[in-house]
Amino acid sequence: MLQYVAKRLVLMIPLLLGITLVSFVVIHLAPGKPTDMATMMNPKASLEAKERLEKLYGLDKPLHVQYWNWLKRLAVLDFGRSFSPDREEVLTKIGRRLPITILLNVLSMFLIFVVSIPIGVYSATHQDSLFDRATTVFVFVGFATPTFWLALLLMILFGVNLGWLPISGLKSMDYDQMSLLGQAWDRTAHLIMPVLLSAFGGLAGMSRYMRANMLEVVRQDYITTARAKGLSERAVIYKHALRNALMPVITILGLSVPSLIGGSVIFESIFAIPGMGQLFYASVMSRDYPMVMGGLVIGAVLTLGGNLLADVGYAWADPRVREGRS
Amino acid sequence: MNTAGPYTEFWRRFRKNRLALAGGVVVLALFAVSFLAPWLSPYDPAFIDVKSVLEGPSRAHPFGTDNLGRDVLSRMIWGSRISLKVGFVAVGIATVIGMVLGALAGYYGRWVDAVIMRFVDLMLCFPAFFLILAVIAILEPSIWNIMIVIGVTGWMGVARLIRAEFLTLKSREFVLAARAAGANDGRIIFLHILPNALAPILVSATLGVAGAILTESALSFLGIGVQPPTPSWGNILTEGKDNISIAWWLSLYPGLAILVTVLGYNLLGEGIRDSLDPRLKV
Amino acid sequence: MRPLLFALLALVLIPGPFPPALAAGDDGPAYGDAIIVGSIGDASTLIPALSADTASSSINGLVYNGLVKLDKNLRLVGDLAEGWDISEDGLTITFHLRQGVTWHDGQPLTARDVMFTYRLMIDPATPTAYGEDFKQVKKAEVVDDHTFRVTYPRPFAPALISWGFPVMPAHLLEGKDITTSELARRPVGTGPYIFKEWQTGQQIVLESNPGYFEGRPYITRHVTRVIPDMATMFLELKSGGIDSMGLTPLQYLRQTDTPEFGKQFRKYKYLAFSYTYLGFNLMDPKFKDQRVRQAMAYAINKDEIIEGVLLGLGQPANGPFKPGHWAYNEKVTSHVFDPDRARKLLAEAGWKPRATEEEGCFFSACDRRKEDVTLYKEGQPFEFTIITNQGNKQREMCALIIQQRLKDIGIRIKVQTIEWAAFLKEFIDKRNFEACILGWTIPLDPDLFDVWHSSKTRPGELNFISYKNEEVDRLIDESRYTFDQAKRKAALDRIQEIFKEDVPYVFLYVPDALPVVASRFKGIEPAPAGIDYNFIKWYAPESLQKYHLTP
Repeated sequence: MLQYVAKRLVLMIPLLLGITLVSFVVIHLAPGKPTDMATMMNPKASLEAKERLEKLYGLDKPLHVQYWNWLKRLAVLDFGRSFSPDREEVLTKIGRRLPITILLNVLSMFLIFVVSIPIGVYSATHQDSLFDRATTVFVFVGFATPTFWLALLLMILFGVNLGWLPISGLKSMDYDQMSLLGQAWDRTAHLIMPVLLSAFGGLAGMSRYMRANMLEVVRQDYITTARAKGLSERAVIYKHALRNALMPVITILGLSVPSLIGGSVIFESIFAIPGMGQLFYASVMSRDYPMVMGGLVIGAVLTLGGNLLADVGYAWADPRVREGRS
Repeated sequence: MNTAGPYTEFWRRFRKNRLALAGGVVVLALFAVSFLAPWLSPYDPAFIDVKSVLEGPSRAHPFGTDNLGRDVLSRMIWGSRISLKVGFVAVGIATVIGMVLGALAGYYGRWVDAVIMRFVDLMLCFPAFFLILAVIAILEPSIWNIMIVIGVTGWMGVARLIRAEFLTLKSREFVLAARAAGANDGRIIFLHILPNALAPILVSATLGVAGAILTESALSFLGIGVQPPTPSWGNILTEGKDNISIAWWLSLYPGLAILVTVLGYNLLGEGIRDSLDPRLKV
Repeated sequence: MRPLLFALLALVLIPGPFPPALAAGDDGPAYGDAIIVGSIGDASTLIPALSADTASSSINGLVYNGLVKLDKNLRLVGDLAEGWDISEDGLTITFHLRQGVTWHDGQPLTARDVMFTYRLMIDPATPTAYGEDFKQVKKAEVVDDHTFRVTYPRPFAPALISWGFPVMPAHLLEGKDITTSELARRPVGTGPYIFKEWQTGQQIVLESNPGYFEGRPYITRHVTRVIPDMATMFLELKSGGIDSMGLTPLQYLRQTDTPEFGKQFRKYKYLAFSYTYLGFNLMDPKFKDQRVRQAMAYAINKDEIIEGVLLGLGQPANGPFKPGHWAYNEKVTSHVFDPDRARKLLAEAGWKPRATEEEGCFFSACDRRKEDVTLYKEGQPFEFTIITNQGNKQREMCALIIQQRLKDIGIRIKVQTIEWAAFLKEFIDKRNFEACILGWTIPLDPDLFDVWHSSKTRPGELNFISYKNEEVDRLIDESRYTFDQAKRKAALDRIQEIFKEDVPYVFLYVPDALPVVASRFKGIEPAPAGIDYNFIKWYAPESLQKYHLTP
């Protein structure tokens, strides 16, 4: 087991290198320098001031030198300083925002998992029934609806008209004056809509995959055997079929990490949540190079991590994978 | 014995799938609308009339007007062309890249396969939307850049599918026969194996078009989708979002259009997959 | 001082025998409550020298003071300086600082802090965009703890307002690297509000300064909430999550006109400090002819633009100043909307529609030819591209309306929106454009040098349309190097007349600023300077206070 994990970690290294290269190339497709935002169109800024700023940020060196310098510092986890006027360390800025994005995504994945599995199983065992067709449409609607549109509609309904849920942000103004219970509820209330919406969009992928897997598993020989042995249908489905169908689904969970992280840009913007997606978007728009590179690298690393966890979980559950047998 | 060929079998199963048929109808309708746009559109979509800003649906303007007094129905009709264009070109690019890389990996195997698959893994690591955001915002949101970048970040699934097909197909008899007849690798790949591997592509292409439409609307929300004055459903929707309470028509119609279209494509794609998959026979 | 304040506080806070008042009664100024302001962006740094965005400057405006400021009528008055003397020759200004002002950490403010701020702004190691005006100073000296003197090589009118820049604390920043100072996140100033906390990406909280030299502000807490999406912000406003934001014309007119809204909020409207314009690249041969530019001005219907883009909430701009400003020349009016006159001028300049009498054209081709009003000169059609920056909805709409109007007189326009940084770098800076739609903030001091003087036409500088007019140059110098307001006005008036004739820009409009504030806040008095100038005098009466904060 440990060997498996170690092997996977080693294989990740060239991937990590590739990630840094792609990130670097992407942002250097740009015309225009990051210092432009601060000094341009400002009647009080001069040419000399601009050149000074450019030197300050090291933008006058050739590209491959810039890449190598950046790589060297990455190795010691120094992601450099943001180009924005606050000049904070990239890692600090990301670190501040990462937990909330992770929290949102973990909750969302959990909800997706919990809802998709039953839907997938039931749809598979009752193929082409009304339930199957209705839920198919339902989950695809979830996938097909532009998220910000639905978000606004829900905000108007639950936030303004009914007043049941807060509209945006992470906590209320008078959070500090609430009791512990009140605070817990406040945090939860703020997360309900974002998590629900995020999950709604991801249901389609997971539940369809679950359904397809179940359909396949149910036709396997060992299921027929189990039935022949006289086990109740219930036991057949839930004890035998499900267990085997579930495993690939775990891998899918890992694969859904990048789309959840990417989707967080929209969510965080519309719900005013200070997460990594929103930070990434803002830094892209202002050409904050170190920040963009940091965001791409961290995003990719998170995905790698998610995949690794999924693979390890799969390997732990299925000994055949561990031992390299196909 | 059933002597029907693979296509009839596919068609028979597809016809029974009502949801897939519905999806197919939606897709065809979309094609029709966008093709007939110049004849269907009641007004010039770019005609500005500041006296009719943000009017609700009426006889003159069935879908209302937008914030410059332009007719929303006309803009939606012309916008369907953009949606289709973005979808098809992006998917086209993704499919071509995926086919080539998948074919090479599946056919040659060994280190070619290893390198290409590593590359696929690498690209799969990035949250696609992050990459798309970064490239579009950095280059500029022209419709071509959008299509290219969606394509370039979406070929991985196709590559894997093609590779899998090639792995199974390359040891088949017809390939051995072709090789015996002296055909070179290129011919074998493109003329013999590829045409047999196309079925899964159809599925992923259909699903890909849906995804591209959604991505464009997400980019419009962030301000870097198809740029005005070119109408796209995404940018009409975004224009309407700030005024949802008084100009509901600017949000409802494009939102519904996107929903129905993406839904249609997804159902169609799923239907095709179900009808093709030999294992899913009821 | 403190016990007295507390006693006063107690008096005010103890509920007294109020008359059976109407529910929403104004029982007079009271301390307390919090105001929550919505902002699209988060501040970037709270060190005034280093920030360039509005979100940061709003906070800095409450935390710091300059030597001078503008009063409600846009007249220069003292802030940290009680008064100042200008020498006979106009070369030296002596500022007399107020006594007894302290920094938020208790240290006294002295002229040393002003000197430090000046040195910081001219230091090449400081990455600031605002150092220009300070570099004009020939000599600066600390005469004593409360007297600061600057000397200029010649009388420099914009000098006074430049000293409105926030004064920063020497005792906390001197000798240290300003770019790594923690004051970027925890500012210490002399202003009416003291920094309390900054939750990045969420909110910045300020609390009133009980020892403020103009008196303790009534509203105890000022919170700026970051909400990146306008639609969400508006919903938060409606549900009471925030108390104040800037409205768009549409929201102002059509989404906030219900009686319930009127009970909860008060809307304000005043001319903003910016104008939008259509600028021509004067190096382009098409625009070299004055008649062509004038024709554009006659072909564009400003009222239509104001109606379409601003829904009527704005005024036509006729020059680089806004109506109400002392430098504004009322006698200069807009070009009337007259497309025929435009066509005539263009014809004079050589742009004519193609002759419709062609031998041997078939019916439909003839009709199409007759319909084609496109203007041609020497076989070339009159077409050009208007560029503007992406993301600014209003400028985009202007461009589209202008496109339609110019199409009517035979000019074919393409509209292109370009992302900001690329826009500046690849198009504006390199003079790689034909026409553009942009805006300027109207400077508080009417100094036209940087934008209009012929010496400012190098790449990267602000006279990017390459306007070179000797008379205007001379008048600009005249208006800069004297403190005599009458002389300045005469020169500036003449410049505005020249601009109307010469049309370097088609000045389009000055929009209205449309802030909305929760109705429980009283004491707001709209004036030419807006509504924020007397923020420290705003209050929420006892009975209407929403947030009861534990001290």
